[in-house]
Amino acid sequence: MRSDFLNRLASAFTAVTVALAVLVTAQPVLAVQPDEILKDEKLEKRAREISAELRCLVCQNQSIDDSDAPLARDLRLLVRERLQKGESNQQVMDFVVSRYGEFVLLKPPFALNTLLLWLTPAFVLIGGVLLARSVMLAARPATESSPGTVEKDLTEAEEARLKKILDDGTAN
Amino acid sequence: MVVEFGHFALVLATVVALFQMLVPFWGAQIQEQRMMATAKPAAIFQFLLLTVSFLALTYAYVVSDFSVANVVANSHSTKPLIYRISGVWGNHEGSMLLWVLILAAFGAAVALFGNNLPLTLKANVLAVQSAVALAFCIFLLSTSNPFLRLDNPPMDGRGLNPILQDPALAFHPPFLYAGYVGFSIAFSFAVAALIEGRTDAAWARWVRPWTLAAWMFLTLGIAMGSWWAYYELGWGGWWFWDPVENASFMPWLSGTALLHSALVMEKRETLKVWTILLAILTFSLSLMGTFLVRSGVLTSVHAFAVDPERGVAILVILSIFVGGSLALFALRAGELRQGGLFSPISREGGLVFNNVILTTATATVLVGTLYPLVLEGLTGAKISVGAPYFNLTFVPLMVPLLLALPFGPFLPWKRADLAAVAQRLLVACLIGLVAMVATMAMSMRGPWLAPIMMAIGVYVMAGALQELAYRVKLGSVGPQELMRRLWNLPRSMYGTALAHFGVGLLVVGIVGTSAYRTEKVLVMKPNDKVEIAGYELTYKGVAPHRGPNYREQVGAIDVARKGKFLLTLHPAKRIYDAPPQPTSEAGIYASWQGDLYTVLGDAQKEDGGFAIRVYFNPLVRFIWIGAVLMFIAGGISLSDRRLRVGAPRRSNRKVGQLAPTPAE
Repeated sequence: MRSDFLNRLASAFTAVTVALAVLVTAQPVLAVQPDEILKDEKLEKRAREISAELRCLVCQNQSIDDSDAPLARDLRLLVRERLQKGESNQQVMDFVVSRYGEFVLLKPPFALNTLLLWLTPAFVLIGGVLLARSVMLAARPATESSPGTVEKDLTEAEEARLKKILDDGTAN
Repeated sequence: MVVEFGHFALVLATVVALFQMLVPFWGAQIQEQRMMATAKPAAIFQFLLLTVSFLALTYAYVVSDFSVANVVANSHSTKPLIYRISGVWGNHEGSMLLWVLILAAFGAAVALFGNNLPLTLKANVLAVQSAVALAFCIFLLSTSNPFLRLDNPPMDGRGLNPILQDPALAFHPPFLYAGYVGFSIAFSFAVAALIEGRTDAAWARWVRPWTLAAWMFLTLGIAMGSWWAYYELGWGGWWFWDPVENASFMPWLSGTALLHSALVMEKRETLKVWTILLAILTFSLSLMGTFLVRSGVLTSVHAFAVDPERGVAILVILSIFVGGSLALFALRAGELRQGGLFSPISREGGLVFNNVILTTATATVLVGTLYPLVLEGLTGAKISVGAPYFNLTFVPLMVPLLLALPFGPFLPWKRADLAAVAQRLLVACLIGLVAMVATMAMSMRGPWLAPIMMAIGVYVMAGALQELAYRVKLGSVGPQELMRRLWNLPRSMYGTALAHFGVGLLVVGIVGTSAYRTEKVLVMKPNDKVEIAGYELTYKGVAPHRGPNYREQVGAIDVARKGKFLLTLHPAKRIYDAPPQPTSEAGIYASWQGDLYTVLGDAQKEDGGFAIRVYFNPLVRFIWIGAVLMFIAGGISLSDRRLRVGAPRRSNRKVGQLAPTPAE
């Protein structure tokens, strides 16, 4: 009973600690080991680029390039092995995905189930611009507007008049 | 005994919170002065009780009272005093107690300094503030009580995670929380305004300093976390787009937007509805951050299901406050009158642009953080959203914002002439271009985008300085007159310029270290040499060492530049006693050009050498210096008389933008 309680305490280990579970599971990060590095600098550079896009499957939100988990090392070696066979970056990525699934990609592909992920920023931006536009056009001076007006948008002529009023206002 | 006292104080604080939520609110409804007036003593009393409660828990940690379950789980008798204290909030229960304490502190501050607030508004604000406190007090007592005793206390505790035993991380949570929770004031004011169905310029004048204070703390808290990650995690990364980081970054982004929109509301009485919505959203994001971090859903959706009690409790709190306030917003927002008119090219327009971009950025971080959780919850499909996603979506959003930033302070209210402002910024643009050419000349490698981003960062910095120069009409007056004008500039103007300068510096640091970092990974035997970024490093060997609660292997690496010995770096690998866990301590040589960063790896079995990593991170310090400048800038702005919390309102003296502020 008591040990059960303690277990729960332990399992619910902490604020920052839970938060940092990522970092905690990570031992001192060592990532790429000296013996993994390819002699061919260009190939090694490509290997690093690919590694930064692949998730270490047993870690939380770490790329295999940053992780020292044994599985990450295996993947790094795999990537290098395929590169040495002369495959392109895309071919290597495809191979890793075919083996481990799309979960391995830190940047998910544009697909039906990631539609909202990729489009939300654009939607919000467009929505924000439209909203801002309508606010700027619809805003009426609190004291000067006649209560009867209901138009949402100003015509060009009105806009011009508006500017004139504003100019006069600033001139005073 | 002390622990029971703290426990009792927490229970009493809960009762006071209940009182403070109901009585002043009801008093405001029926316009009963005496009931409303109870808010002030209640808020102060609540704060004192929670302080007692928090101190009692701290006491239990300091004296290592291992009859308290929470102390056993998170402390150890050999820990240095500072980490016994920081252990109080290094765990779930204690950190939630700190959360409520800070919440009450902000409430008490409003009660104390809010003498010039309308009584009704003050009563409502403190009632809303107390409602949040009540929810979290009940949460603490029912699911996360830090004061529970054990029948059979063990001889020693289990210790604090060694990775958290670090000075920067010891004070990272309090700052972060002060930021998170500080936004509760903006929230309470927003809800109070919706309850009353009206706002005015005084409302914004009140909300802005509180938001600014919260923003300052959050800025510093995030910077501390990033700084810690940089030197502690062993490879010099400073931002990981980790969900936990994002949880603190979202309120920062929307809080930054709120600071700017509240400015419009204060000066021009427009954007009222939006500012109120933003105040609600910012605190909602803070609450959501708390939920994300506490509930375990980040580790996996399943971890949440395993220990759902707390997660569900926070989710309920989240739904009540976010849902409730948004519903109230939907009901009442229409009653708020819109104010002044402005053209798209104006100070207001610029600030609206700032808000559109920052809101989009917030939404991007939000969707990137939650999408995998939601998708897995709904369909079971597992996807990952990591740094590459955010680099592709978030970073491009910042470019137009940074380009527009120096324009903002130059634009007059209502209506502006863009060409005239652009002309004024010509010097800043030129300085930016020079920086671009210099960057290209210094380093041919690196992404082609890097020099452009570097130019943007420098242009933002130059633009900030140029604004000050413009305000004092630099060049057209003599040195004495110049000094007088500089002295007479409102402090908030210095705050703005310094904060914007800090943003530019931050950008320069980010670009420098991301694009031009170099690294070498190799096996070294004693007296092996390696060269990086003009430094010659000589590995001298490794020696064992014993710390207060850890053993370590300390490497020695001599650093020389152009044949001249500079210093010896000591990267180390530690194993802590309790819990037995390894950490890595980087050896760092910091200079303005960048950091030389060395890490000691594993001993190699075959030849007795050690795996050593050396990095050169150009300009990386500018990231945190930029953040600290933003913090200081906030402080300078807060000290401006117009914004000073609780400063008596000046009677109708004509204090224009450039009028001299009274010497302090």
